Amino acid sequence: MKKIGVFLCHCGINISATVDIEKAMEALKDYPGVAHIEDYKYMCSDPGQQLIKKKIKDLGLDGVVVCACSPTLHENTFRLTVKAAGMNEYKMEMANIREQCSWVHKDKTVATEKAIKIIKSVIEKARLDEALDPIEVDITRKAMVIGAGVAGIQTALNIANSGYEVILVEREPSIGGKMAQLSETFPTLDCSQCILTPKMVEVSNHPKIKLMTYSEVVDVSGFVGNFKVKVKRKATGLDWDVCNGCGLCTEKCPKKLPSEFDQGLGERKAIYRPFPQAVPNRVVIDFENCTYMQSGKCGICQKVCPVKAIDFDKEDKFVEEEVGAIICATGFETYSVKDIPEFGGGKLPDVVDGLTFERILSASGPTGGEVRRPSDGKVPKDIVFLECVCSRDPEHYLPYCSKVCCMYTVKHAMLYKHRVHDGQPYVFYMDMRTGGKGYEEFYQRAAEEDKVVFIRGKVSKLYQDDDKIVVCGVDTLSNETIEIRADMVVLATAIVPSKGIRELTKLLKIQIDQHGFLSEAHPKLRPVESLTAGVYLAGCAQSPRDIPDTVSQASGAASMVCTLFANEKLKHEPIIVGVNEDICSGCGICTVVCPYDARKTNLEKKLVEVNEVLCEGCGACAAACPSGAAQQNNYTDNQINAMIKAILGKGG
Amino acid sequence: MFEPKIIAFYCKWCTSAGADLAGTSRLQYAPNIVGIRVMCSSRVDPEHILNAFKEGADGVLIGGCHPGDCHYKSGNYVTLRRITLLKTMMEDLGISADRLRLDWISAAEGKRFAEVVTEFTEQIREKGPLKKESLKEEAV
Repeated sequence: MKKIGVFLCHCGINISATVDIEKAMEALKDYPGVAHIEDYKYMCSDPGQQLIKKKIKDLGLDGVVVCACSPTLHENTFRLTVKAAGMNEYKMEMANIREQCSWVHKDKTVATEKAIKIIKSVIEKARLDEALDPIEVDITRKAMVIGAGVAGIQTALNIANSGYEVILVEREPSIGGKMAQLSETFPTLDCSQCILTPKMVEVSNHPKIKLMTYSEVVDVSGFVGNFKVKVKRKATGLDWDVCNGCGLCTEKCPKKLPSEFDQGLGERKAIYRPFPQAVPNRVVIDFENCTYMQSGKCGICQKVCPVKAIDFDKEDKFVEEEVGAIICATGFETYSVKDIPEFGGGKLPDVVDGLTFERILSASGPTGGEVRRPSDGKVPKDIVFLECVCSRDPEHYLPYCSKVCCMYTVKHAMLYKHRVHDGQPYVFYMDMRTGGKGYEEFYQRAAEEDKVVFIRGKVSKLYQDDDKIVVCGVDTLSNETIEIRADMVVLATAIVPSKGIRELTKLLKIQIDQHGFLSEAHPKLRPVESLTAGVYLAGCAQSPRDIPDTVSQASGAASMVCTLFANEKLKHEPIIVGVNEDICSGCGICTVVCPYDARKTNLEKKLVEVNEVLCEGCGACAAACPSGAAQQNNYTDNQINAMIKAILGKGG
Repeated sequence: MFEPKIIAFYCKWCTSAGADLAGTSRLQYAPNIVGIRVMCSSRVDPEHILNAFKEGADGVLIGGCHPGDCHYKSGNYVTLRRITLLKTMMEDLGISADRLRLDWISAAEGKRFAEVVTEFTEQIREKGPLKKESLKEEAV
């Protein structure tokens, strides 16, 4: 019989406070197969791992059960531990007695009993575990970055500068993302354009970066090192290879529409470039609003185009790319003012969100950087900024903190004051969160030098009265109600995941959290990886964050990709489903349920053959096989049935 | 009070991760369920489920990813078809079909995991132990 070592971790007191370790050890020490049982305060620490290694060597263990946290957290840690001691790493199993036991039950007797059941079932599995060798597969050293805001740009540049090819996919006609819309950035007040546009140009000139703007990912298959991605290149109505970006068409186009880039404050044409510094410097036709596309009359752009690039071709094109890693950097949106009825529901023109105010402040914006309110173009003399709009409000809106609003509101108030010297900015805040290098000093400067009035409190409602907006709130430090007759109000609305992220995560097979942000593999130790190998995360798609954090994380994700690409071969999990040729009759039932076409019937041999590289190890075929010829490595029927027995007290 | 024995099969990617989230969120739920982590809910063979009933389980819970979210593209659809079919057979075998529950619980749904487990446990507790019904062992 196998000699199994059982190692119980206290996890400080995370486990031992609810699971009686001594009692569990007493109940398990004579369980069939258990050759050794031991506990330790922190099994994942170096002494803990040394202890496991020593016992494997001293006692000649050929199976190890670590009873600790979720395998998601430390399965890899302990696999490496046993491997270092000369044991096959697939003979190590983890019993999750923390997340699925000690943390969810308070009664010590009950939790201990359950822990014993869990451990017994895992011992049963370990007893039948076989030594497996990872399957080696080739790797495509090319990455795809989805989303070309500052996160995607940084990731792409880092990977490309390491010598690997990158495909940068962006849904909009230009790269740059939300950062391109910003005026100046805290806490240094350097203009967003000055720090971002050089990077955008670097991307477009980089020999290792292939830019695919106005494109969307529509299908993803494969696995780490070997993804196949189908990209839809949306029809632009012209040939980008011919277009030289002169912009004559946009000047002559008669159809005017609100500009998305200027948050609806400025205008664009039906044939347009989102903003003057767009990369690539190309135009697209908005088919829905183009007069020619709708009525067949007009075609002015075609007439004026000096290079004859315009063809009104509406056909989307699809391309397939093979990449080894994918980085999801799809960014964010802000909570729509239209969905906030107590603050006017988008019907009050002088109540705008933060991003709109960025455009008003921007030197390249619709007002040329002069602060003028949208309704009548007057310079607002009293301006109110509201923070935490929809954030930190679990009862009505969203429970989380959007992280950047404190700082950008301070910046807004400051920049307003720099432009309107006789104006008065007021800021309603819940708590001032200024964690970051130079942030607190920036906030102090706004209060002391720029005389921004900070009011700790919330605003319950606001309404239009003549040409004023009446802001009704309460100062929670003095307990006084406050009413400000303002000329303009800026709402720091919550940051929410960008549209379409749900569909993309389904394609990428990665998880999202309850608010729709991308889930990381571990919040502290694996913050830039998803749970799906080869798919990485960067920027606000994961959670709200500011530019410095986004850029650091983007570089982190790039470094993970380079680490992956530095491997000569990739290791594919060997928990695949094989074929026992002695039993297999070649009926082919298993081939029908395989999602990867990894199983094929060989009619001549009357056998099913398996492509080990394609098999992802879901086990659907193993459950479908009527004869038991298809068995999943280390998840065999015998193992699962033995686990069931052990849980129900009939094991051993 | 009758304490039912319940076996659960969780897929690694969604439901087991959801159970982990229930843990990190310190949500309390009924301790009657002990889970077996498989790669995908589609690994669960109807025979495993019948075997669990045969060995003394009063209820079986299968947890997978939401439709469209399966880590293996279509595994949970296979599971759905199998469980639906199995439920019709269970009645013939003398096991009430509502002792088997299939639920989609994502990695983000720690709260839902705790709720489903507690709700199912109470439901099985109300039904009482399986042996009172006429499980035909030879049929398993």
